[in-house]
Amino acid sequence: MSKRIETNDLDVYYGDFKAVEGVTIDIEPRSVTAFIGPSGCGKSTVLRTLNRMHEVISGAWVDGEVLLDGANLYAPGVDPVNVRRQIGMVFQRPNPFPTMSIRENVLAGVLLNNRRMSRSDQDDLVERSLRGANLWNEVKDRLNLPGSGLSGGQQQRLCIARAIAVSPEVLLMDEPCSALDPISTLAIEDLIEELKQEYTIVIVTHNMQQASRVSDRTAFFNIAGTGKPGKLIEYDDTTTMFSTPKVQATEDYVSGRFG
Amino acid sequence: MTATTTAPARREAANPLTAGQLPLWGPWALIGVALAIGAAVSALVAGASGTDFSIVAAVLIAYVLYLVAITVVSQQIEGGRKAADRLVTGVVVGAFVLALVPLVSLVSTVIINGAARFDLQFFTWTMRNVVGEGGGVLHAIIGTLLVTLWAAIISVPVGIFTAIYLVEYGRGRLSQAITFFVDVMTGIPSIVAGLFAYALFALFAGEGVRAGIGGAVALSLLMIPTVVRSTEEMLKLVPNDLREASYALGVPKWLTIAKVVLPTALAGIVTGVTLAIARVIGETAPLLIIAGFTTNMNYNVFDGRMMTLPVFAYNQYVSPGVQEQAYFDRAWTAALVLILIVMLLNVIARIIAKVFAPKAGR
Repeated sequence: MSKRIETNDLDVYYGDFKAVEGVTIDIEPRSVTAFIGPSGCGKSTVLRTLNRMHEVISGAWVDGEVLLDGANLYAPGVDPVNVRRQIGMVFQRPNPFPTMSIRENVLAGVLLNNRRMSRSDQDDLVERSLRGANLWNEVKDRLNLPGSGLSGGQQQRLCIARAIAVSPEVLLMDEPCSALDPISTLAIEDLIEELKQEYTIVIVTHNMQQASRVSDRTAFFNIAGTGKPGKLIEYDDTTTMFSTPKVQATEDYVSGRFG
Repeated sequence: MTATTTAPARREAANPLTAGQLPLWGPWALIGVALAIGAAVSALVAGASGTDFSIVAAVLIAYVLYLVAITVVSQQIEGGRKAADRLVTGVVVGAFVLALVPLVSLVSTVIINGAARFDLQFFTWTMRNVVGEGGGVLHAIIGTLLVTLWAAIISVPVGIFTAIYLVEYGRGRLSQAITFFVDVMTGIPSIVAGLFAYALFALFAGEGVRAGIGGAVALSLLMIPTVVRSTEEMLKLVPNDLREASYALGVPKWLTIAKVVLPTALAGIVTGVTLAIARVIGETAPLLIIAGFTTNMNYNVFDGRMMTLPVFAYNQYVSPGVQEQAYFDRAWTAALVLILIVMLLNVIARIIAKVFAPKAGR
């Protein structure tokens, strides 16, 4: 479980447009790394390159390398499907499958891949994943009801349960709390704290308090202007980033002077 | 006591938000008056010129009178905005009723004329050796169902796979070309589809070929564009979030399409396919050419002439025997049966769509 991610001089393009330039970052296993920065600076784009999700968008491509425990995700012959089986993702908006029940949603990684699993193993996996996502007690009596009937916060935790049910090495979270109320946000932050015992977690957030609460390391991205590529400005321990950052722009951003 | 009753009244009078309002019965009263005037005018004209009283003229006069009257009255009492609202409401309702008239008239005519032969014999007999009264359409019902079934078997997979290609894989010129030709195919006259099927089967089976499967091929030509179009629209409606969620779980693209995208869009696709079937099941021209007509039962679509309901109705109408009325009755009842089959298909589609629809709510 839990692997290290490194990127080397990563450039990300949408067609001819260079969205992100020269990102070199080293993400520790069993830690939470937060990406912060103003809108449009490329944090989500970088996050999506870490499990080759960005190439779902037509015209998107990458120059540079992303290493998962030393193995390059962008080496020739790498199957993105195999990459995504090791690196799970939770999205900004909760997106449970509308045709499936809560139970089927948790099992989606198994069911959709046509993998065979005995009924009792399935039950174990459902309970373990839902407990892992702090949702078990709320839904254990209605596992066969549709997942779309849950509240927004519950749906997001269901999506986290779905992501950890395939036991990935790394969990990427793209603003997982931006659509949620403070109580649900708190539940998810607690969950992140627990999950980091087992997974490498990378989280994109617009909320600097959240970054300082949940993360061990923080990366600050910024953009010089519209149409220019986003860049990694500074990457350090979260406490350092929020108290004594080395770059002026970081200090301006974390102290709320812009962005 | 007096204080409590007068206080609200005074508040109402002072309320700057109130405006004049027509009573609920106002428009209805106007309609009544307009109808009375329309009828009177129509009767006067009829009396003066010696023609019959015309209901259509009376209703038309009343309708125009009502539109004018309600606008003027509302303008006076309620003001311009409400007057415009009442006028447009009147126009919209008028258009709706106008659209409904031919529909109701058609259905009622078919039911009234078709009721005469709507009996057990009609559904259990063929026309074999029947001259004059009696006989039935079992062979035509079976023929219609078989030909349409085969048309669906041919066109549903082709249509759905084409739509999947267009939405999930198609990029650039090829998909543009396919979209263009699908649009062109939508406009193919059905007689051309029939001639195409005839020409195609004549290559294998020689001139004068007649077979149900030829009809199915002709109908599938008409059906494929409808299936492609409706399926394409439904697949586009599936949120990208769901595809991404599936990819992020390490599910390959083809499984994502088969197990996430298609089930989510299934209700819409089923509806689209049913509408496509309903569109082709009443086609006459291509079946007349390639499926031909017969009085006998034929269960084999691959060999020999095959009767279908629309062709049966046409045939009964154009070549009546000595007892004309018996033939016309059968034609009407065949039309009624065809309408009922289409209605049944629609009901089934609705039930299927309801069963497969994404479960919403708690």
